[in-house]
This record gives sequence, structure tokens and C-alpha cells, in this order.
Amino acid sequence: MILTGVLLHCTFTVIQLYNMFFKLTPTTGQPLYLQLMQQIRHAAETGALRDGDQLPGIRTLAEELVVSPNTIAKAYSELEHEGLLELRPGSGAFVCVKRRTRSLAERVQVARHRIRDLIEGLREDGLLDEEIRRAFEAELLYPAEIARK
Amino acid sequence: MTNEAVILTHELTKSYGNAEAVRGLNLSVGRNSITAFLGRNGAGKSTTIKMLLGMIRPTAGSGTILGKQMTNAEENRELRRRVAYVAEDKPLYGYMTVEQTIRFASSFYPDWRRELEQKLLRDYELPLGRKVKMLSKGMRTKLALLLAFARRPNLLILDEPSEGLDPVGIEHLLQVLVAQSAEGVAVFFSSHQIAEVERVADHVCILEKGSLLVDAPLDQLRQFYRRIDLVFPFPPTEREFRIPGVERIQTSGHQMSVFASRNAAAVIERAHDLNVVSVEVAPVGLRDIFLETVKES
Repeated sequence: MILTGVLLHCTFTVIQLYNMFFKLTPTTGQPLYLQLMQQIRHAAETGALRDGDQLPGIRTLAEELVVSPNTIAKAYSELEHEGLLELRPGSGAFVCVKRRTRSLAERVQVARHRIRDLIEGLREDGLLDEEIRRAFEAELLYPAEIARK
Repeated sequence: MTNEAVILTHELTKSYGNAEAVRGLNLSVGRNSITAFLGRNGAGKSTTIKMLLGMIRPTAGSGTILGKQMTNAEENRELRRRVAYVAEDKPLYGYMTVEQTIRFASSFYPDWRRELEQKLLRDYELPLGRKVKMLSKGMRTKLALLLAFARRPNLLILDEPSEGLDPVGIEHLLQVLVAQSAEGVAVFFSSHQIAEVERVADHVCILEKGSLLVDAPLDQLRQFYRRIDLVFPFPPTEREFRIPGVERIQTSGHQMSVFASRNAAAVIERAHDLNVVSVEVAPVGLRDIFLETVKES
């Protein structure tokens, strides 16, 4: 009985912890499962999630974030496909951070520098931050096929 | 059985005299999903739900629920055992107490989930000894939901389940819906609470004047609906933007706002051909999709 109490308490803190990571916004024009995938990836890149860490089960996280279980299931299964998660039937999802993820973290780091330089340049050209933000957002919302042209 | 639709209708129609409440509805609701059924008051949502459950006879068309013909009396009895329905007006016996109501309802279902009943009783803080007629609107709703959830149904059909609930109650309701879905219960619910629908639904159906105008996975709506604001040096005619997927165009001087359900890329390409000077693309939330869709018709 005491043991159950302890376990329950542990589960609770885990959920609390993950809820701080994951914030899904229904109105951004991006499917929720993609948002969740990105946030899990980001957590792995920044080291907030480490190799071997366990993520909450589909049902637990669905209830916590109040989204359809299919959203969680799809994100987990896509991330398993990418090799970032390992799904063990009955026991949940485990993070496996391999070299690939780390190199991605480095690329993100490089990209940040480039973006910082670009923004600096735009500010020197007299653009306001709000204008820069809008320009970035508009470009990001561009359908990918046009952006490639 | 796994991939089959839990609700499938073919040209389902209901007329009252000359008025068509529901017109040729072809609905297909997936087994492992939460489906939201949206529409204005009087759009035909409740009429559709009542036809599905065999409570009113369709004028034309047919349908199956969990593979059972809804108009066949024998099959309908069978399907009602496996479908839990929470009606808009939450009909309950007013003279019974909460406890009597639960005992009465549970006696019909050998599979009754006592542990879920107990949990919901605690969560909802329902007064066991109070007569149903003395319950507030929110409490009646909670009791009706408890009776539906504890039955262990295969399909949950809820007509305006969040009506009368406060924000905490709505949040809890959504959590229970999500949990039921995780246990394999198909959920079909009508609602006016678009912000809530936007979080939990896998699939969205929008009914307007008895016709189904939108029937799509919510992720697809999120990905493809866009509002594209354009500024031109010389305003082109709206005809230039009659592209499949463009639902609505508004022009004001040099500015043009295009509302597209898909093909945003083609709209932007056309705009570039017409020497557009500014392009802004914004996602469209479910609220705007709903309002635009209803306005369209």
C-alpha cells in the first residue's frame, strides 16, 4: 500500500514535468502531432530529455494535454520511425538520443548564429522587430513547394 | 471490424412537410476517433443524431451504427445496448435521487464500471441523496455523462455535452472523453464550444441547413486552410483568383484577402504572376473555418 503511494507520487511528478515541456496550440495552423514531435525533438536536442528517459504513456499524456490519444500515438510512432523514440509495448516510450540528434543540435546552433546575424542586418536597415517577426512568420507559412522554387 | 466505420449513412434525409431538416447526408465516422459534429442551432444536428438512434424515422436514405441497420427494430435494440447517448435535454427521472438513478441505470448493464462510477462521483461531487429534480443544470449534465461513461459502450453519442458546465467541468469532460477514446470507445459529439473541439477532435463535420459542408480530419483543416492577404500595385479582378479551393475573396482598393480551403500555393503563385508587392499567409482557426463555411452557404 505504501509502495503504491510512492509510485503514484512518482507518476504525478513525471506528468507535471512533461506538462511543462509540451504546450500544444490548436490555432497555429500546424497539426498537433507535429507540434508534439517538434517539442520532443527540441527537448532531446537541448538535453532536457536524455537517452533512456521514459515518456508518459499515450493515454496519460493525452489526458494531461487534453488532446485526442491519436495525436500522441501518431507523434510517438513517427518519432519511433525517426529513431528518436523506442516504443516498448506495455511499458511506454523511451528516448534514444543517438549521434544524429546531436549533430542536429549542432546544426540548430549554427542556424541560430545565422539568424542572429540576419536579424542584426535587418535592424541596421531600419526594420522594426515587429516587421521582422511578421516577415519571418509569413515566410514560414509559405507552402514548402513554393519556397523551394 | 477494426477499420469499419461506426456510423455510416447513405443519403439520409428528414423532411417535415416541405422543410428539409436533413438533406442527403453521407456520414462516415471512424472507429478509433473523436468526431465533432458542428453546426448552428437548427442546422439539423439533433435530428441527425435522433435518426441515427432510431428515435425518429428518416424520410429517405439509410444508415448503420456499429454495422446494425438503424431502421430495423430488432437491430436497433441491439445497437442501443452498445451505444451510450446523452441527449441535449438530459432526460432523467426527477423523483429519483442520484444514488437511485445510478443503481437503476447500472442494473441494465452487466458490464457496468463500478470503479469509474465511483471515481466520477467523487470528481463531480454529486450529492448521492439529492433528488434529480433538485439538481442544478450542470449537475444533471454530469449525472447523465456518468451514466453514459460507466456503461462501457462501444460508441458514445453526445448532443451538446458541455452545455451547462463551467470551464472546470468542461475541462474534466474533455479529459474523460480522451480517456474513453484511449480505451477504444468511438466518440461522436455535437458542440458549440469550438475552442474545445479544436483540442480534442480527430475529425470535424460541419452541418449547415441539413447538408454536410465540411467532413475532414482536423489536421487536414489545420494544414490547408489559409487566409492570404495580398497587396497589388494594380488591383486584379477577383476572377483571376477563381482557383479550386478558394472559398472567398474580399477586395478593398489595392488589397485583396483570399480565404482558401486548399491550394494556398497556387494562389500565391498567381499573385506573383500579377506582380504582387506584399503577401501575408496566415493559418485559419476552426472558429473562422466554421464562420466562413456557414457564411458561404
